[in-house]
Amino acid sequence: MNAPATVPVLAVEELQRHYTLPREHLFREPGKVYALNGVSFEIQPGRSFGVVGESGCGKSTLARTVMALETPTAGTVRILGHDLFDLDKDALRALRRHFQMVFQDPYGSLDPRHKVGRVVAEPLTVSDEVGARDRVEKVADVLRSVGLKAADMDKYPHEFSGGQRQRIAIARALVTRPELIVADEPVSALDVSVQAQVLNLMRDLQDSFGVTYMLISHDLAVVEYVCDEVAVMYLGRIVERGRTEALFARPSHPYTRALLDAVPRPGVGRAKRGAALKGTVMSQTALGTGCAFADRCPMAKPRCLEEAPPLRDLGDHHLSACHYAEDVPAG
Amino acid sequence: MSGPGGSFLARALRHRSFMLGGALTVGMLGMAAISLFWTPGEAISLNVAHRMRPPSLEYWLGTDKFGRDIFSMLMAGAQNSITVGVVAVSIGLVAGVILGAWASAKRGWIEEAVMRFSDFSFAFPAILSAIMLTAIIGPGGVTSILAIGIYNIPVFARLTRGVANAVWAREFVLAARAAGKGAVRITIEHVLPNILSIIIVQATISFAIAILAEAALSYLGLGTQPPQPSWGRMLSEAQALIFLAPMQAIYPGVTIALSVFGLNLLGDGLRDLLDPRLARKR
Repeated sequence: MNAPATVPVLAVEELQRHYTLPREHLFREPGKVYALNGVSFEIQPGRSFGVVGESGCGKSTLARTVMALETPTAGTVRILGHDLFDLDKDALRALRRHFQMVFQDPYGSLDPRHKVGRVVAEPLTVSDEVGARDRVEKVADVLRSVGLKAADMDKYPHEFSGGQRQRIAIARALVTRPELIVADEPVSALDVSVQAQVLNLMRDLQDSFGVTYMLISHDLAVVEYVCDEVAVMYLGRIVERGRTEALFARPSHPYTRALLDAVPRPGVGRAKRGAALKGTVMSQTALGTGCAFADRCPMAKPRCLEEAPPLRDLGDHHLSACHYAEDVPAG
Repeated sequence: MSGPGGSFLARALRHRSFMLGGALTVGMLGMAAISLFWTPGEAISLNVAHRMRPPSLEYWLGTDKFGRDIFSMLMAGAQNSITVGVVAVSIGLVAGVILGAWASAKRGWIEEAVMRFSDFSFAFPAILSAIMLTAIIGPGGVTSILAIGIYNIPVFARLTRGVANAVWAREFVLAARAAGKGAVRITIEHVLPNILSIIIVQATISFAIAILAEAALSYLGLGTQPPQPSWGRMLSEAQALIFLAPMQAIYPGVTIALSVFGLNLLGDGLRDLLDPRLARKR
């Protein structure tokens, strides 16, 4: 990346997160799950950054670590220049108004026993700056800006549909006017017809409030629609990163190629390009030598098994972790 | 989810065992309440001239070997059972919910320690701790309250920890953490309201068990002391006359059974009504 003129909203550096499994044997070291193995990226203000990958690739762990809901094993997360894991409790709590989260399941992420007004006001109740009357006004404002009515604050979440519930969740994330919103699969629990509405809302809100998104999804179409930049994750690593159009038009990693080929496209008699991925995701509990994708890669050569490919710059903000990035077939 | 209030009442009225349990419980509470200012006969003072009377208009269920009116004793005994039950269950509920919620919020070795402590105290039956307490502070109502209360602490601690862990795993707790709330606020604002109905159900059932335990302790002479009437002691006094006047043992026995039965039905009914998901699973 060129030297950025502004402080990035989010800067993640060499993030690692390993979980220790419960001890199964008295004299043997307990096993480990390697959820994140050195992830680095930056997001500039007002941009949308997408993270795609299969389930189990560490997407959600990344989101939760960025939100300081989990502590990384190594690496740093900086939001607006502040290292989250270097702050004391109170400073972190104060900083939280600048980064909020939208969760996947709009049925699980709203407390069924709280009225909508209380749910949306939740991030405001942590800092005492806002008085009760001010709070009601802010909640009313934010509810209107996500397309709900101010009067909806006196209802319970179960009185709303899935799409409306996700609007409530977005309102909650937006109420402190944060710089960054981390959205973990924000539409995957919704009907397809509702997905577009929620994504359009997210884009509109970005236009009006200049908020920065980090959007996690397994759905390439969602990322393509919303994001300026995309990172593809595989087994806790970013394997390819670049501008959305460039990356989708000309993937430089065989895994991205395979993901794009797996998207079903309408059309009669259209030949399926490329081969579907064989095998399953390599165990998350072992760190092998060589490329983590080698055992499923249609292009794998002996070198891939011996030498782990670094994430290298292919020019024009495009990075790929493949020895043979230049040989990946174009779309 | 309890749903809108109106439909709760409607569903309650349709729930047959809830209504039966409620009626029995209200009857027991009513008996105790009336006994505070009126009983048909003498429950406490002795009247040897009228001993061992058969049931009559004056003595509805007859009199015992000291001439006390049995129906009046049952009424006053209800008062005693309820007092012991309410206080003992409150002790267990408050201490147990705090311990369980704490264990669930902290996890790790604190959770482990609280749970092993619960297992340890579970190993002592209420009767055993009552005997121990009697050795220290002597027999009496306070002894049975403490013994039953202590017995209830791990019951509530375990239950609370279990259901609280399930709430902690929900996404809205994650959202609360992302908003910057600490463990204490999350416990008070999110966890407790979501487990309240389960705690209420357990309290009802624990209340029934407490009444049984109080009767058992009084029967053994460890609980309520004379002259305060108690169902358990009525049983033990009637035992000596079981062939002479069997009904004197049957009256308190049936009263205990009906109270416990009623509270259990009430608890089961509440479980169905407060949590429709559980009802469907069963």
